[in-house]
Amino acid sequence: MSDILLQLEGVHTHIGAYHILHGVDLVVPKGQLTMLLGRNGAGKTTTLRTIMGLWQASQGRLTFGGQDITALNTPQIAGLNIAYVPENMGIFSDLSVKENMLLAARQAKHAGQMDEARLKWIFSLFPAVEKFWNHPAGKLSGGQKQMLAVARAIVEPRELLIVDEPSKGLAPAIINNMIDAFAQLKATGTTILLVEQNINFAKRLGDQVAVMDNGRVVHAGTMQALADDEQLQQSLLGLAI
Amino acid sequence: MNALDFDWKPLLLVPALALLVLPFIGSPSTWLTLTVAGLAMGMIVFIIASGLTLVFGLMDVLNFGHGVFIALGAFVSTTVLGLMGDWTGSQDLWRNLVAVFPAMLVAMAVSGALGLAFERFIVRPVYGQHLKQILITMGGMIIGEELIKVIWGPAQIALPLPEGLRGAVLLGDAAIEKYRLLAVAVGLLVFAVLAWTLSRTKIGLLIRAGVQDREMVESLGYRIKRLFVGVFVVGSALAGLGGVMWGLYQQNVTPQMGAQVNVLIFIVIIIGGLGSTGGALIGALLVGLMANYTGFLLPKVALFSNIALMVAILLWRPQGVYPVANR
Repeated sequence: MSDILLQLEGVHTHIGAYHILHGVDLVVPKGQLTMLLGRNGAGKTTTLRTIMGLWQASQGRLTFGGQDITALNTPQIAGLNIAYVPENMGIFSDLSVKENMLLAARQAKHAGQMDEARLKWIFSLFPAVEKFWNHPAGKLSGGQKQMLAVARAIVEPRELLIVDEPSKGLAPAIINNMIDAFAQLKATGTTILLVEQNINFAKRLGDQVAVMDNGRVVHAGTMQALADDEQLQQSLLGLAI
Repeated sequence: MNALDFDWKPLLLVPALALLVLPFIGSPSTWLTLTVAGLAMGMIVFIIASGLTLVFGLMDVLNFGHGVFIALGAFVSTTVLGLMGDWTGSQDLWRNLVAVFPAMLVAMAVSGALGLAFERFIVRPVYGQHLKQILITMGGMIIGEELIKVIWGPAQIALPLPEGLRGAVLLGDAAIEKYRLLAVAVGLLVFAVLAWTLSRTKIGLLIRAGVQDREMVESLGYRIKRLFVGVFVVGSALAGLGGVMWGLYQQNVTPQMGAQVNVLIFIVIIIGGLGSTGGALIGALLVGLMANYTGFLLPKVALFSNIALMVAILLWRPQGVYPVANR
């Protein structure tokens, strides 16, 4: 296995009176795409939010590149070059597409300072971002917003890209577009942690997989091994890929 | 955004209201006088409310103590203008303006400094707790008023207009008070600076984004609490500036003047859409015009006319005229 970029050891998370994560152990190898699967309510989104410091782990340890990030706050964690695309996409609707991108480009004070070559590459992945560059982001369709959310996350090179259900509610054609984009991102060596419910999406992209249930990781291994084992799929996910 | 995407309807409310009352007022010169007075009042209220709406939008903080910055700004200006008696007593308009300008700057600096302490010791412990915010910020305002009484005394203090700003300019038969023209100019300048900052700078982008989705701004790596402290201080300084303008408008200051204006400010930011600067401008202009028109036409309903205006607007747009997305 490659070097470990992100590791969670025995992570517990409470939200108010609710105990959501019950000791999550998760390893995200560097340069690979790790899929986080599981039924609704298994704790996938909570795991991502805990990694980002949006909810603090009440117990356990999180390390990123060997550094303990358990007690860091969200801006500090994002400052370690981790990009996060939440389930609701987190698009600033009142801002234009350009302004959304500019906000994520932390090194740029104005649009002219954004990396032009990287923008061109992003436009090739997501043509809608270029087409609607000066339009209010709130006017985009659901699929276009998702493209903007991912484009914004990669406007500068990141060590780790965390994406929560990028295919949710999207048309099949847009999902294929998204799969192609993630495949190209993978090819650049970007480490990706993806929560997904769409099993075909997972199968086509995943290198590693972790399956969650009841706030724990109940299976971890290669995506290929899970795809090849129908019995395991049935027992973990209640379906065959 | 192109012009066709912009929602013009709320903007049209201001001329619509002005034109609607014209037949009831009858005399065009009286109408013009009232309209300029309403716009001047609206601009002063906007200066005060602009910071408060961003404070609410960014951090969901209900600051009912905003009035103390208004009163403090006004009292500071009595001291500064009192020290510049030669300048304010001059017939030369430029000498008057040179006296008013440092009074505004000192008032903004003192109110901003108080804002910094207010955020640190009163607001910060109650983030995310609305009821406690209301109680503790009102308590903070009461303490602030008492401190003003300790420094300047409990009595009302006269704040006469500098000589050159007294009187009116005649426009046909309409008499437009000079000071009201100054208030409109200062209000427009504040709006232009705010609009430029919010739309053309990265810090402005962050504020607009933070008003919509604080969590996402933090996920992009920005410390929104620092941004909030900055906005709180600027909002307090603007309230101080508004206090100077309001004090000169009323030509006297009292320790309770901030609390009296508080209701108007909250009406304005609710009409505007919590967190919207453009909405606050529309709301303030509507409130200023409504107060002046009803004061002339129906003095008995003037007191609650702005509440009625707010209710009517909220029936049309429950989130205010320019609701902030994602909230």
